Amino acid sequence: MNRINQKLQEDKKLLSIYFTAGYPNLDDTVKIIQDLEKNGVDLIEIGLPFSDPLADGPTIQDSSTQALKNGMTTEVLFNQLKDVRQSVNIPLIIMGYFNPMLQYGVEDFCKKCQEIGIDGLIIPDLPVDVYHEEYQSTFEKYGLINVFLITPQTSGERIRYIDSVSNGFIYMVSSASTTGAKTGFGDEQTQYFERIDSLNLSNPQIVGFGISNNDTFTQATKYAKGAIIGSAFVKHVTNEGIETIDSFVKNILD
Amino acid sequence: MNYNVDEKGYYGDFGGAFIPEMLYPNVEELRQKYLKVMAEPDFQKEFNQLLKDYVGRPSPLYFAKRLSEKYNTKIYLKREDLNHTGAHKINNTIGQILMAKRLGKTRIIAETGAGQHGVATATVCALMGLECIVYMGEIDIARQAPNVARMKMLGAKVVPALSGSRTLKDATNEAIRDWINNPVNTHYIIGSAIGPHPYPDMVTRFQSVISEEIKWQLMEHEGKENPDYVAACIGGGSNAAGTYYHFLHEEGVKIIAVEAAGLGVDSGESAATSVLGKEGIIHGCKTLLMQTNDGQITEPYSISAGLDYPGVGPMHAHLCKTGRAEFLSITDDEAMKAGLELCELEGIIPAIESSHALAIFKQKQFKPDDVIVMSLSGRGDKDLQNYIDYFKI
Ligand SMILES: Cc1ncc(COP(=O)(O)O)c(C=O)c1O
Repeated sequence: MNRINQKLQEDKKLLSIYFTAGYPNLDDTVKIIQDLEKNGVDLIEIGLPFSDPLADGPTIQDSSTQALKNGMTTEVLFNQLKDVRQSVNIPLIIMGYFNPMLQYGVEDFCKKCQEIGIDGLIIPDLPVDVYHEEYQSTFEKYGLINVFLITPQTSGERIRYIDSVSNGFIYMVSSASTTGAKTGFGDEQTQYFERIDSLNLSNPQIVGFGISNNDTFTQATKYAKGAIIGSAFVKHVTNEGIETIDSFVKNILD
Repeated sequence: MNYNVDEKGYYGDFGGAFIPEMLYPNVEELRQKYLKVMAEPDFQKEFNQLLKDYVGRPSPLYFAKRLSEKYNTKIYLKREDLNHTGAHKINNTIGQILMAKRLGKTRIIAETGAGQHGVATATVCALMGLECIVYMGEIDIARQAPNVARMKMLGAKVVPALSGSRTLKDATNEAIRDWINNPVNTHYIIGSAIGPHPYPDMVTRFQSVISEEIKWQLMEHEGKENPDYVAACIGGGSNAAGTYYHFLHEEGVKIIAVEAAGLGVDSGESAATSVLGKEGIIHGCKTLLMQTNDGQITEPYSISAGLDYPGVGPMHAHLCKTGRAEFLSITDDEAMKAGLELCELEGIIPAIESSHALAIFKQKQFKPDDVIVMSLSGRGDKDLQNYIDYFKI
């Protein structure tokens, strides 16, 4: 069974952390992954940096720009990760935009992911319909779970469709925004979380965007199976470096 | 061969809508409604009325006698430079503002390179009383200062794009991010034949008034509807798409697309996408774009802010791949000289974008009885400082 599905069966709320690969330094990737696992993080999203990240706010944009300047490429990332499964057991997801994958070759990319032990992909600009028609069989051939986003504006009908194409979890974007744009939740989010919860979807949901601390983590996971922290972690790494990942994670979980 | 968009939003291998889910409701609403809205008689009436009374259409088709004599061929200039606001861009913004109103949107965003699209958007927003925010690269803000001032006078808020190359590509990124953050009340008026489906087709249709007019105007001049060539410069490709539209399926009409070579196609400082680009995804569509082997979008260069874009619209990628259009590239120097030549021979100061198209006569030989219709996409007022600096006037 895919590590993502296994993890989703555990009887606990899941904490997923996003970081940009190659940032702050090119070779920090594996150390960040190991530290996150050691400190109790359940799932990791490894950001493959892109020059034009449309769905991201300034924090992740800047980290991506720096990572590319540091020399990060698809090939470099795969090399850094080639032995990662000797030391890391939790699910690993690569999050990136579609063009770099297209240039690498979608099938080659998937194959490489399987060899390394990557469990899933999140590709914000690969629409579910295109995935379904053109790429689903390739992803499945290499045992990869593709994760789709839904937002407060996604219609019920489309959520059902996305649920039917998904085979891991649904990434529930907390509000209409780019990453890092808003923090904290209001009534609007609570109503949205309740609405999605009441749909009884076959895939569990993990909430992302707007989660930065214990408070927002708790609110988000009241209804959902877990929560994803991205910009807040990247900010932490920017300000504090990668030596204090333990205190960052502790602050979220306690 | 079909050169128009198909029902799935593709031109051959190019097009589609590669957008984050956050944009899906907006783009899907537009996709479902744009053709219906455009076909409504009251939409058509309002659109045509504004093009006539407000924009000043039809724009003249002018036989450039002295230019023709110099190059020993027959050159007609389609005078989009005489439109209100000084370029073809307003054809599209009039169409899209009427669309936005019918979709119930109250807030308008746009990206701009040369500032012509920004001015055209600010203009129609003032006309309709809608809020207007224009994203513009920091570098373009500096090199197109008169247009920044115009936008401000027209009541628009101009927001500098500070990321990446700080030019058109980055302004487009910022506009898309704004749309993600404001999904309900906002319409994004894209300024070229780019972006996710249905934008390239919608923009092309609004601009197609150019070739519609050329047909009857050429009949008056030459006693025939079809020229031997149509030619236009290509940034994202909206003036070109409009100039080609009614000739795409006319076999006797050859199509010329003119890209900006910057300092030279092989100089590393260029925007000649058809030569330097590969298939990939930019701003929501699959098309030709300049990128690294690793799929990172590279930063283009051209002296002309309106052509300084690392991609071309998907229709043009298809015209290029199928060989329907011949692509030429023109350097900064060639364009500037051609611009000055038009001033001297015809008394017309062209936009630097349009000067790129004008420069093809030094590169390509035409026959004495060839009829060439060229889009003079804009006037050079906004570029005066650049001409002054370049020629030390
Ligand atoms: C006068 C003029 N011509 C051409 C262009 C290029 O745009 P497009 O390729 O969409 O016509 C611009 C863009 O700003 C422009 O201002």
